[in-house]
Amino acid sequence: MARTVAAMSVYTSTLSGERHRFVSLARLLAAASPERSGDRLAGLAASSARERVAARWALAEVPLATFLTEPVIPYETDDVTRLILDTHDPVAFAPVAGMTVGELREWLLSEAADAEALTALAAGLTPEMVAAVSKLMGNADLVAVARKVRVVTAFRSTIGLPGRLATRLQPNHPTDDPAGVAAALLDGLLLGSGDAVIGINPATDSPKAVRDLLELLDGVITRYGIPTQSCVLSHVTTSVDLMERGAPVDLVFQSIAGSQAANASFGVTLGLLDEAYEAALALDRGTVGRNVMYFETGQGSALSADAHHGVDQQTVETRAYAVARRYQPLLVNTVVGFIGPEYLYDGRQILRAALEDHFCGKLLGLPMGLDICYTNHADADDDDIATMLTMLGVAGASFVICTPGGDDIMLNYQSASYHDALYLREVLGLRPAPEFEAWLGSIGLLDERGAIREVAAHPLTAIGRGLAA
Amino acid sequence: MNQLPENTVDRTNHRDPGDSANPGESANPANPASTDDFALWAALRRHTQARIGLGRAGCGLPTRHRLELQAAHAAARDAVHSPFDPDTVAAALTGMPSVRVRSAAPDRLAYLQRPDLGRRLHPTDRAHLPAGEWDVVFVVADGLSSRAVHEHAAAVVRATVSLLPADFRVAPVVLAEQARVALGDDIAWAMDAAMVVVLVGERPGMSAADSLGAYLTYRPRPGITTDADRNCLSNIRPPLGLTYEGAAGKLAALLGRARELGLTGVGLKDESDHEHVIGRLP
Repeated sequence: MARTVAAMSVYTSTLSGERHRFVSLARLLAAASPERSGDRLAGLAASSARERVAARWALAEVPLATFLTEPVIPYETDDVTRLILDTHDPVAFAPVAGMTVGELREWLLSEAADAEALTALAAGLTPEMVAAVSKLMGNADLVAVARKVRVVTAFRSTIGLPGRLATRLQPNHPTDDPAGVAAALLDGLLLGSGDAVIGINPATDSPKAVRDLLELLDGVITRYGIPTQSCVLSHVTTSVDLMERGAPVDLVFQSIAGSQAANASFGVTLGLLDEAYEAALALDRGTVGRNVMYFETGQGSALSADAHHGVDQQTVETRAYAVARRYQPLLVNTVVGFIGPEYLYDGRQILRAALEDHFCGKLLGLPMGLDICYTNHADADDDDIATMLTMLGVAGASFVICTPGGDDIMLNYQSASYHDALYLREVLGLRPAPEFEAWLGSIGLLDERGAIREVAAHPLTAIGRGLAA
Repeated sequence: MNQLPENTVDRTNHRDPGDSANPGESANPANPASTDDFALWAALRRHTQARIGLGRAGCGLPTRHRLELQAAHAAARDAVHSPFDPDTVAAALTGMPSVRVRSAAPDRLAYLQRPDLGRRLHPTDRAHLPAGEWDVVFVVADGLSSRAVHEHAAAVVRATVSLLPADFRVAPVVLAEQARVALGDDIAWAMDAAMVVVLVGERPGMSAADSLGAYLTYRPRPGITTDADRNCLSNIRPPLGLTYEGAAGKLAALLGRARELGLTGVGLKDESDHEHVIGRLP
């Protein structure tokens, strides 16, 4: 059994007669984190399996209120910390204010924590509280709690309704060739993909190239009356510039991270994001909702930018969600396996991170989706994609990213395929976003069970016929 | 929809399982693909290498396409994990002197998880490096694809050296194992070389597992030099990518301008692939 004492920010724990000491809340969180290569690279990981469990014993006894008085990155020097503490809602926090981290885990798993209670709690939780409780949870716990949370957002389609799974259609091309993009777009639409967003990672950030892609996507969406939104994932300053010039920007995208310095490495500040958010709202291009932002995050980005401040990669990732929720985004996804094996070594570590990110994002009130993916130097393969996809489908992920054949030829990594999304919808009985589902039905792409038909000579192939000629 | 022309889909150099029998076909009798569709996707594939129009086996991929993806992934995995053979490269340098060093990463497992170790010289190997007033040292680094290095590195070094002005003092070629791009900084520093060109195996993709990158840095300082201080050529991989002659021409021109201006990186305007590689180096 373990005995734990906290005094003056030093946490100690005695496990089977061996005493362990953690000199700060950040060190305690890091030592309690499930093993991953990025924390070892940063020199933050537990030095032994015993120390890791001892840290969890100590963490379980930390009162949640401690997280409001002991920020892991100083309030004075970090605007993400200020955002977290300045917007904390004590009324929402009240139901759990007297709990420890271990007690919060048990309450989250209990029947009392239903969809309504979890929605009401979101503004009372800080990222660090959520990261802490995730470290005490097994993979099954992360699924069980996340699937109870409801986060619904909307623009031209509605994301996050019970029994639904949306997809981002990602028709990337290494040179942004419009014909190549259109070909991959047609492929995805015919396989029922694209209800979360049709989103392109451009090869360059040049405003002209980005605008050309925006016009292409807007043209297809308008011509075929597709109830979805487009996004070209360029830097936020490019989007602001293009909105000023009247380009058809549906969603403003930005990669974000969990510290001010890491965000600076992405060239963003909260002020810039505020400005972009206001500009996108003013365009008022949504039809069924006004969620206009799209964010991507991912464990390891703060360490990669040398901006993690001694905080473990999962905790600092969760802090990015505080940035995201300020803007009531339509979509947020972690690009969980993209960063490489120095941060998440293999399929097991990527799966764990995917479940953590989804759980933490949902608990903080975000419409959390995932890019379930790996690079060729990570120890993972398409079976890991299937495993992750299935667990995240059960966990109620808002959306997943899909590419042709699961192979992104622009970013050079493997993600889920359009087929994978068909599989997930089939085995779990999940349906597309309702507006998009109705559209698929109206153009004859759904069979009598509501599944995507295999079609020949569909009218949509007109998108491709012009290119093929 | 599950039949594809050989020349557009097969990017993996494997034997086409459809040569004898297409294992996808019988599994998918309900596929209503038409000749029209076949022609459409064949035409669309002219515009993209993306794996489009693959057809379906229920919700899954036809067997043929599943195996093609696995073949591409297998080639990439093997490229990452095949051991570096410096003898192969040394022999292909045909008479150019070479020396061998290791990084501080003891094996592939450590290399993949600890990029910091791959950027530092093994402590005992510093002594292998001859100091001198070198204008340039070429470092052949295994990086993430030993296959790329075995196939292309020596030819690029030889072609580049043949284009350099006669007064260029070229150091012995350094063959570096478990090495990342920034190991070149440590090597150039130890040898007192003015410039370093690191030829390194790039991260294998699904369409190419043998792509070589070249990174040029002027007066690197270990731990201080950043990726923004380098110029880069990527995708050296004849005949589909950059040729040896093409790479050598660009490298020799870059070396000449860098020596003249006394810098590399964003300040050296050139035709390199600089913008695309920052933060994504092997």
